[in-house]
Formats: sequence, structure tokens, C-alpha cells
Amino acid sequence: MNNSQTTDLQDVVIRFSGDSGDGMQLTGTLFSETSALLGNGISTFPDYPAEIRAPQGTIAGVSGFQVHIGSRPVTNPGDYCDVLVAMNLAALKANRKWLKKGATVIVDGDSITEQNMQRAGFETLDPIAELGLEDYNVVVPDITSLTRAALEGSGLDNRAVVKCKNMFALGICFYLYNRPSDHALKYIDGKFAKKNPAVAEANKRVIRAGYDYAANTHQFANTYTVAPAPLQKGVYRSISGNVATAWGFCAAAEKSGRPLFCGSYPITPATVILEELAKRKDLGVKTVQAEDEIAGICTAIGAAFAGNMAVTTTSGPGLSLKSEALGLAVMAELPLVVVDVQRGGPSTGLPTKTEQSDLLQALYGRNGECPVPVIAASSPSDCFDYAFEASRIAMEHMTPVILLTDGFIANGSEPWRIPSMSDYPAINPPVVDQAPEGGFMPYARNEKLARGWAFPGKAGLEHRVGGLEKHSLRGTISHDPANHQLMVSTRAAKVARVQEDIPALKITGDDSGELLVVGWGGTKGHLQSAVEQLREQGKSISLAHFNYINPLPKGVAEAFAGFRKIVVCELNDGQFAGYLRRNFRQFEFLQYNKCEGQPFTVVELKEKFNSLL
Amino acid sequence: MAQYNYTPADFKSDQEVRWCPGCGDHAVLNAVQRALPEVADALDIPHNKFTFISGIGCSSRFIYYMKTFGFHTIHGRANAVATGVKCANPELSVWVATGDGDSLAIGGNHFIHAIRRNVDLNVILFNNEIYGLTKGQYSPTSKLGKITKTSPYGTVEKPFNPGELVIGAKGTFFARSIDAEVMLTKECLVAGAKHKGMSVTEVLQNCVIFNDKTHAAFAADKATREEHTITLRHGEKMLFGKERTKGLVFENMKLKVVTVGEDGYTIDDVLVHDAHESDTTLHSMLAAMKYPDYPVAVGVIRCVEDDAVYDRAVERQVEEIKAAAKIRCVDDLLRSGETWEIK
Repeated sequence: MNNSQTTDLQDVVIRFSGDSGDGMQLTGTLFSETSALLGNGISTFPDYPAEIRAPQGTIAGVSGFQVHIGSRPVTNPGDYCDVLVAMNLAALKANRKWLKKGATVIVDGDSITEQNMQRAGFETLDPIAELGLEDYNVVVPDITSLTRAALEGSGLDNRAVVKCKNMFALGICFYLYNRPSDHALKYIDGKFAKKNPAVAEANKRVIRAGYDYAANTHQFANTYTVAPAPLQKGVYRSISGNVATAWGFCAAAEKSGRPLFCGSYPITPATVILEELAKRKDLGVKTVQAEDEIAGICTAIGAAFAGNMAVTTTSGPGLSLKSEALGLAVMAELPLVVVDVQRGGPSTGLPTKTEQSDLLQALYGRNGECPVPVIAASSPSDCFDYAFEASRIAMEHMTPVILLTDGFIANGSEPWRIPSMSDYPAINPPVVDQAPEGGFMPYARNEKLARGWAFPGKAGLEHRVGGLEKHSLRGTISHDPANHQLMVSTRAAKVARVQEDIPALKITGDDSGELLVVGWGGTKGHLQSAVEQLREQGKSISLAHFNYINPLPKGVAEAFAGFRKIVVCELNDGQFAGYLRRNFRQFEFLQYNKCEGQPFTVVELKEKFNSLL
Repeated sequence: MAQYNYTPADFKSDQEVRWCPGCGDHAVLNAVQRALPEVADALDIPHNKFTFISGIGCSSRFIYYMKTFGFHTIHGRANAVATGVKCANPELSVWVATGDGDSLAIGGNHFIHAIRRNVDLNVILFNNEIYGLTKGQYSPTSKLGKITKTSPYGTVEKPFNPGELVIGAKGTFFARSIDAEVMLTKECLVAGAKHKGMSVTEVLQNCVIFNDKTHAAFAADKATREEHTITLRHGEKMLFGKERTKGLVFENMKLKVVTVGEDGYTIDDVLVHDAHESDTTLHSMLAAMKYPDYPVAVGVIRCVEDDAVYDRAVERQVEEIKAAAKIRCVDDLLRSGETWEIK
């Protein structure tokens, strides 16, 4: 039935966009999952507004989902798209800037009305010309009426019918990229067949209608294939950063033998971690949806005191609210992981947009000398590993740990080769079961400087801890000047000693050369693509990407010394660059920063790096 | 009934008690140390399972003087921390020592939500109607017009009545005592510990330095207390006064103080206290009684058993889901849902 010309592509970026109620996130997810099942490399980027249902047809209400598929492993969701699906004129206008030159644009023809032009803020009655799309491959199928026609006699009301139009667009894209519909059909059955068989049937019918429409109308002269990527052998699944974070905690609980407890308060974009952990009662996870952010961390601290592996999850504003309690966990030397899924700030800022601007808050945002290990995940799937690492460090070193992710990797997803838990180390917290000879000293330390974890219920270990300064061994209140100095130094040394327990810095590319690109956290995919592409062109450029922020890993000064220039790239105004300057005064750090609520683009990074080479 | 035969001394830590001489907190400490041996035996709780959590304030120093597991946390958060402790390990007997500033001002949110959830905590609410540790500022229970360092011309805000707050938040247990009444405090605390769910025992406590005699009008000495307080006991007539001739009757939708044998009132008209009544109306009225119009109610005002105890419900749900689960370990979890193989 596919009688058009088929071309093989290495990479395709598709952006699905529409009103925030149009189901674009689902459409994009189904397309990317289908491609993942075909063995493509995948990276996705949901880009949605803070409002659940902003006014229809306006720019503010546009929700987007970008998917990048490739015949190679894909490290980022792509800067600009080859195909834009726009369910209305606002979506078209809002996403115009993300089009590759000559891209295919599929717009719902039914949405091109004078009223919608006004809503979307067009000044003329020719949106295509106004947006300068004359040289683009613009296709204008009447998606709404075609959906209506396909569902004639279905018995569904108009509202339910119109809700299916996203599936028509999905059908078109399946045809265009030679994807089978099986996965999407199966998903729809799973979601609706029991509850509402008519809706399931309608959605399935519309996918087929979209596919057949594209096949029959010759509007799409070419179709494309993207061959499977040469991925490492194994069993794969698709995973988002937030789910991977939740699962990493489950893994750490299993490997430590400590029950997992999560006390949290819902906040965008971190909520999915709490939602996922709430489902994991099957693994014995206890969750408390607390009355506020402070209670979230405080219930977690209580659970840690009582011997659980405790976590609390939040985003920037929530981390601000948790600061005082975090100081208590530092003072009481209890294991705790605080996840900050960073978003645009300050204040409420840009709740659904990504940024890396909580770094200094994580490092320093507490009263007193209050050091905390800070680590950062760098891709959706490695959130699993860094959640595990954060938990391991927290429990083995008896300290709260902050795990930084961001909206981009938290909501983004990618294929993940499923690891086996036998590949992960056991976690050995210093649990005290009985008092040693001479009596139990709550603040006596092991070689890591970690104190013993003696939780309530253990006979003979009754002791008191709290937020007041402690005697260095007994843990009783002490206002002694020399003791305070000793405790301040000891808490700092304890965190510094984590360096012995983490991998040394690794450089991607040569160990010396012209330009070293430095990044941390969720920007890794884009930085890596930009650096690799320039290296393929023979440029002398390498990447040092950090996951361990405090303490920094070993080998940093040695690595930096190998390059003529160092540029620190981050989605903030230069927080990590400033931190590196404080730690390594001998180097000059150039900066590349962006605060637009959007990830870097590979194009802009390459441009910047070229200007420095 | 288990026989641990603990004595109060078993619950005394080696720390020097540093409250001001004459502070009501000493008496509360005494009452708690007397209550725990009885609680241990009645509920079969060994010494190592008693855990005390506190916030900030004079009363929150309490935990250092108890030879139990203890956690002196941060201002206002004791109830939240205690919720975490109890959920993590429902086998523990978790107690909260907190004050009117700690739980009704900065920690008000955690206080009402712990009550709403009915977490099985035993909260001792020290109410001296003042901030003592910061040296004398008005608190959310200070009387309207109270002159303090931060209200030099008198406060212009009305106080909370902790009992009304607890009952309004769907509390299942509320008792009130007076610091000097050590045996009554002990009685309330033991009843609170036996109650499944959150118990709040308010202790009207004197701050000799910054708010001396704030409760004196009805609590100064035994004779005054006999005349101006009423000790409520489940199943007993609501009588008070030296000769127990004064009583409470319910008339025109209000409580009324009468003298038995006068104005046509007989003993049959006097209310019988039912602490187990789930309807909150009368309990709320009793808790709200203010001197001089009424005697101040002390004793167990409300004690209603409710199966919905949060920490147990959390645990029960986990056990139920676990028992029927297909996913039994993290390897199962990682392989659940849609996967594909690259060969």
C-alpha cells in the first residue's frame, strides 16, 4: 500500500504540538515508543505550559512533545524539527522557530479560520506567508473533519469525536515514517477497552484513517525509514528521568536492606517521583504525601531517625522551604536524599521549563557551616544510577545528600538497557545493633567519619540527638567553643571524604588540546553531541562532564591543565563556573550560559565552540 | 499484661534538668516518668521502644531529660518528624513534647494535619501562653490584651483554645491537665497512650519568669482548683466544687453551671460525661469553657476509638499490596511493562 518513494534517514526530529488539551504528549509518546520498539535510538522532550488548560487556540496554551529518532544512539531530543505537527494556528506560530529549513509542516486545515488567526495573534489572513513558510512543505489536511468522517456512526458525541483527532495525526506520521500501528493499538486497548470500548474503537479507527489518508492522497510524495540503531545487545525499555529516579531509590533500598520511605509534597516537575513511589507498595515502599514541603522533609528525617532509607522529592521553591530541616539532618547526621528536579526560577518562575539554577542553593542554601554532598544526574536513564549513588553515599556516610536533576531529563525519556541488580554493589550503612564495651557513643565515627546508625527499638542504645551543637562523642548538648570548632571541621571533613568513594573525572575525547568543554547534570546529551560533531570535523575539543559536584571528583586540576581554554556551559548565569573558580584559582574559566527555560541546542553550542577554537 | 516493673528512675537521663526553678515543666517531667512504667506494662512496650520527639522552646528540652530514644528537632516540626518516625516503625511508642508556640504557631499546620490523619502519637502540649525561651513574647494562646515585650500596649489578636482546635481538626483524643496536678496529668497521659490514634494532652503550665500566674485565677491552689475546674471522667456526673454540689446541665443549646438542689435542679439534671461519643458538639463546648463563666474542664474530654489510624493504615496497605504483587523485587520492576530485546 506504500507506493511512494522511500528514503533512508539517519535522524528524524518530529514535534507534535497543539492545545494543552489536544493529547500531544500521548501522541508523541506513542510515536516514540513505537520507534523504540523498532530499535531506534530515541530521545524525547515534552515542552508543555504551566496551565492545565490555557485558553484554546492561544500561544500560551500550546503544548509540545519533540521526539528525536535515529539509526544511531541518540543523546538529545534534537534542536530543530524535520516535521512539525500543529493541531492549530497557535501551535504553528509558537513552533515556527523550531523548524529546520524546508521542514514538513502538517497543520489541521479546519483550524485555519479568521477567529483562530486572531486568537493566535496573526496580523494578516495568510498565516503561511506571514510565517515565511512558502518554501516549506506545508500540508493542510482537514484533520478535524476527516476524524469526524471516520467516526460517523460511532455513536460518540462531538466532544469525544474531536478528542480523537490527535490519533489522526499519529496515523499520518506512522505512514510517513513507515511505523507499524500495533503498539499504539495495543496501548489504546489497554487504556480504554475495558472502561469504554467505544472510545477505544474510535481511537483505533482514527489511527487507521490517518494512515490511509496519508497513503491515498499523494500529499506525501516521500516516505522515510530510520534503520534500527546498533545498540548494545540486551533487553531494553523506555524510561523517563523521574521514574528512573524513583526506581533507583527502590534499588538502593533493596541493596541496603533498609525499607524505603518517601515524604513529599507535590510540585512540578518532581511530582512523578512521588507518584511512582506511591505505586511501589508492592516493594514495600511507604509514602507520605505531607501537608507541605517542610513536613515532606521532616517526615523523611523522622523515618531516617527510625532506620528507614528516607527520601524527599521537590523542585527549587520546595528546596528553599526544606533548608532549615536539611540543616537538622546535617546536624543529626542522618542519611537522607533530597531530590531537586530543577525548574526555571526564582520564585515560582517557570514551573514546567528546565534550568540548572539551583546549584548554589543546593551547595550553600542553609544557615551555618552546613556541607552536604551534591550530585547530579545527566540523562533520563542515568537518574537511576545517581539516585542509587545518592542513597549509597547518604547511608554509608551518614549524611543528607542532594540529588539534582532538571525538568528536561525528568520528563524526557530514552531507551534504557535494563541492568541486572546483581551488577550493583551492596550498600552497607553503619547500623549499630548493640552497645560496644564501654558504652554507646552516638557520635563516635568510623573510617569514613560516619557515626553509627542506632535507631529506636534497639535495646541498650537509647540516646538523644538534635539540632543543638553536639559533644563530639556523646552527642549531648555542648556550647564549648573548641568542641564547636571541632564539629564544624569534622562535618566538613566527613563530606570531603566522600571523594575517596566516587570515581575520578573522565574526559570524553583527548586528554589535552585547544578547548575543554565543561558541563554538569542534564546538559550532557547536547554537550556530547556538539563536541562529538566537532571532533568528527577534526577540531581539538574534549568534554569534561560532572555528576559529582560536592565533593568534586579526583583528577579535576590535572584534566583542566591539559587544555588551552576551558568553557563552562550551564543553564544558569554561571553558578558552576563560579564554584570552579573558587576551587581552582589557577585556571581561567570562560562561560556559556542560557536562561530561556529551554535546553541548549547543539547548533548554538557548536557555534560558540567554533568561536573559541 | 506484661510486667516490666520499670520505675520512674528508669526513664531519667543523666542530664541536669535546666528549667527555671519553679517552672511547671518539672512537674510534667515527673508525671511522664511516672506514667511510662504503667504504659509499658499496660501495652507491653519495652523501654527501648519509647521515643520522644520535640520541637523548639523550653518544653522541647524535655527529650534530653528522658532516658529514652529522643530527637530534639526544629521549631514547629516535631509533629511532622514524629509522623515519619511512627510510619517508619509503628511498633514504637512515639511521644511529642511541644509547646503553644511550637505546635500552635510555627507548627500549626503539622499539628492539625497529624490530628486529621490520626497518627498514633502521644502529644504533650505544654501551654504557658507565652514564648519563654525567647524571653517573653505573646503566643497564640495568650489572652487578648496581654502585655508582653512584643505587645507593649496589649495584644489585639484572639487566642486559640487548643481543645477546640484539636476537636475541630477531627481529633480522637483530647485531655487537659494542670502542671501542679501530677497524678491527673499522669492519668491523662496513660489514657492517651492507651488510645489508638493521636492523643493530645494539654498541660496548663506556669512560666514563673515571663507569665507567672497566668492560670492562677482557676488553678492557683487546690482549693481554687476545686471551685473553678471540673475534672471530667467518662461515665461520671459532671460535678465540681469542694462539696461536689455544682454541676453542668445542658439548657437552651448551651452548658450551664447549676447548684444541685437549687433553682429546681436535681442530680438527675446533671450531665454524665461520655468521652466516647463520636459527635464533637458537647466535647467542643466542654473544651471551650472559660473561667470565670465556667469551670475549666480537665481530665479526658474526648476519647473516641477510630479504626482509621494513619501509621497502621499505611502499613496495612503496603502489606496487602505486597501480598498480591507480581513485582517482588527490583529486577521484576525493571522488566515490568513494555520491553524489547536487541539481539
